Amino acid sequence: MTAFILKRLAIAVPTILLLIVFSFLLMEAAPGSPFATERGVPPAVLANLEAKYGLDKPLLQRMGIYVWDVVAHFDFGPSFKFKDRTVNDLIAQGFPVTLTYGFWSFLVAVAVGGSLGVMAAVFHNSWLDYLAVGISIGAQVLPNFVMAPILVLIFTLWLGWLPGGGWRGGQIEYLILPVIALSTSYMASIARITRSSMLEVLNAGFIRTARAKGLPMHRVILRHALKPAMLPVISYLGPAFVGMITGSVLIDVFFSTGGIGQFFVNSALARDYSVIMGITILIGALTVLFNLLVDVIYAWIDPKIRY
Amino acid sequence: MYRRTILAMTTASVFALGFSTAHAADVAEGDTLAEKQVFSYRLLDQFPTLDPQLNEETAGSHVLRQIMEGLMTQDADGNLRPGVATGFEASEGNTVYTFTLRDTAKWSNGDPVVAQDFVNAWRRAADPATASPYAWYVELTQMKNAAEIVAGKMDPSELGVEAVDDHTLKVTLTQPVPYFPAMTSYATLSPIHMPTVEEFGSDWTAPENYVGNGAYTLKELALNEYFTLVKSPTYWDADSVIIEEVTGLVINDVNQALTRYESGEYDMLEPLPAGTYPRLKTERPDEAKSVPRLCSYYYAINQRPDSQPELRDPRVRQALSYAVDRNVIVDQILQGGELPGYNFAHAATAGFEMPEIEYAGWTQAERDAKAKELIAEAGVEDLELKLIYNTDENHKKIATVLSQMWKQKLGITVTLSNMEWSTYLDVRRGGDFDLARVAWCGDYNEASTFLDILTTDQEQNDGKWSNAEYDKVIAASKTSDHPATEYKAAEQILSDDMGIIPVYHYANTFLLDPAIKGFPMNNVENNWYVKDFYRVAD
Repeated sequence: MTAFILKRLAIAVPTILLLIVFSFLLMEAAPGSPFATERGVPPAVLANLEAKYGLDKPLLQRMGIYVWDVVAHFDFGPSFKFKDRTVNDLIAQGFPVTLTYGFWSFLVAVAVGGSLGVMAAVFHNSWLDYLAVGISIGAQVLPNFVMAPILVLIFTLWLGWLPGGGWRGGQIEYLILPVIALSTSYMASIARITRSSMLEVLNAGFIRTARAKGLPMHRVILRHALKPAMLPVISYLGPAFVGMITGSVLIDVFFSTGGIGQFFVNSALARDYSVIMGITILIGALTVLFNLLVDVIYAWIDPKIRY
Repeated sequence: MYRRTILAMTTASVFALGFSTAHAADVAEGDTLAEKQVFSYRLLDQFPTLDPQLNEETAGSHVLRQIMEGLMTQDADGNLRPGVATGFEASEGNTVYTFTLRDTAKWSNGDPVVAQDFVNAWRRAADPATASPYAWYVELTQMKNAAEIVAGKMDPSELGVEAVDDHTLKVTLTQPVPYFPAMTSYATLSPIHMPTVEEFGSDWTAPENYVGNGAYTLKELALNEYFTLVKSPTYWDADSVIIEEVTGLVINDVNQALTRYESGEYDMLEPLPAGTYPRLKTERPDEAKSVPRLCSYYYAINQRPDSQPELRDPRVRQALSYAVDRNVIVDQILQGGELPGYNFAHAATAGFEMPEIEYAGWTQAERDAKAKELIAEAGVEDLELKLIYNTDENHKKIATVLSQMWKQKLGITVTLSNMEWSTYLDVRRGGDFDLARVAWCGDYNEASTFLDILTTDQEQNDGKWSNAEYDKVIAASKTSDHPATEYKAAEQILSDDMGIIPVYHYANTFLLDPAIKGFPMNNVENNWYVKDFYRVAD
């Protein structure tokens, strides 16, 4: 197992380095400048700005300095747009927010989606199955950019129960709408994957054996069916978890949470190079990390994978 | 008011008459104040910084106007009124200004505001080490040595500003700038509390460290979420400040902003979602407002030597402009009280006398007929043009409508190409277009802020239209006693030669809770000070 983990790590590190280099070059290739304005910046002012942010150096040198700062000092540099902040400051402010509502969304999606899926499979072709499938399809066709305005319309404008946006340190009433809006489509996917995988497992020979031995249904499901049925779900959960904790750009923008999604989209539009890089690396590294984690869990559940 | 009149009024009257003494909120008779004096508004985007010398955009300027005070400020009509300075004297043909600072002005930590705080701030704004994106603003004031300092050729200490004593600030300019005092109301020229900046470095702008001299102080700031300001007890005029707390909510999505406004969460929503003004005006007649805003929308025509030769024929440019039915654009698309534009400078610009633009008086049918005639005369056939605009719903609608008008009336085929903002600026500066959308907002309330940018060597002249006569008139306006005459002549030349295609003059549309009083509806630069507001009981 250790060898397996080491092998995966050995692949993960160059993956992240490649990600840094490619992002840097892509960003470099994009037209526009972080200092562009309608008025146009006079050459002398532009020169001062470029000197301050090191843009006057040649590309390779800049990339070298950047990679070194990131790897050796974990320093992502100053933001080009938020002139008195560093990228680390922005991530330190935004990431905990995104992590919080992402984590809750994940729990909700797994708990509700998983239960719906199992229920649908166990009571296959009954009204419970149809209900569960109905709910998950309904949730799937309501992406978060449709869900969010509907939720705000109902719970903020009509009922006046919940605030329509803001974060205020993550108080529960500010959490509810973003969590619902973010989790629904994930929940739907989890429900569908769980259902079909569970159905397959329930028709397998070893389940028939377990039932023939006279085990009660709930023990068959919990002890024998759930673990193998979870394999495809887990491979989905890794990227889904990263997707949720690194935030949906839409949730951050729509609910003004102050999470990193808003920084991400704004930095791309404003060509805030250091922020684009910082958040890309953060998301990239988390994706690699959780894929690694999924692989390990997979290998642990299913020994076949290890060999 | 003409520049010269501002000048005459300011120099002659500042000391003789003084300004009126009531500066902050004047409660109208019969108004009962609400118990909780709070004001909240929506921001489209997070302001990047509250460092006055590093600020470069509107959202930050709005906040800085509350927490920092310059030498002069503006009143509800956009006229100058004293800030930290009680008055000033211009001498040596408007090249030397001496400001007298009030001795009651204090920083939020209790320190007195002294002349050296302004000197430090202005040097800091010009210093290449600060790398302020607004360093050009210091240059624009024509302060002595500003350009050399920005270019790194001189030390910041050589800037033409000195503290004669704690309450006297002397500014030396390289050429007469009659509106210099007005320029001191902008955030870049706010004073700065240097000990704080030196102690905390770039963290000095955090709420726990911030030291300002405005009517409010920064209490909380959560990026991309909200900020709050509270009334400053050390402000020199704190007794007349009524609103106790100000909240700004960052709401990027405009429809979400409207929903949250409708749920009663905050008091002011600006600007309104495109096309919603007529509906909101019907639904909320007391809340929906449309006021002139000092910006002009136009199309630049590429006049570079390598551009399409047809576009360098004034007849073709005239035809393109005549064929535009501006009423369709303001009445059918924008619907927010904008004015059709036949000239460049906004009609509401202070002291600007609208010239008699000939084609403005024609009917659209007459313009269309003339346009067709001109195109035939110029012998233009099968002309294909590339029009560029930055991605935005309204720009798209306008571009689509214009291309239809040109196709139907003149048989000119126009291909539309949109790109996101930053790319757009690159392409437009580079000149890879035939027609390009431009909007220009005045830096100060005087026609030269518009007309200057179309002179030959201006960087902002994206079409590179060049007219020697125009340049000459603009140059003459700088030393004229009545520049409105030159401005009028310049507009006439611009219109005859059709250097640009004017489209419309902006209006600012917003929703404001009627309980909030004192909002400066007549300030065309949209500069508002919360210290002038108050809230009446429902």
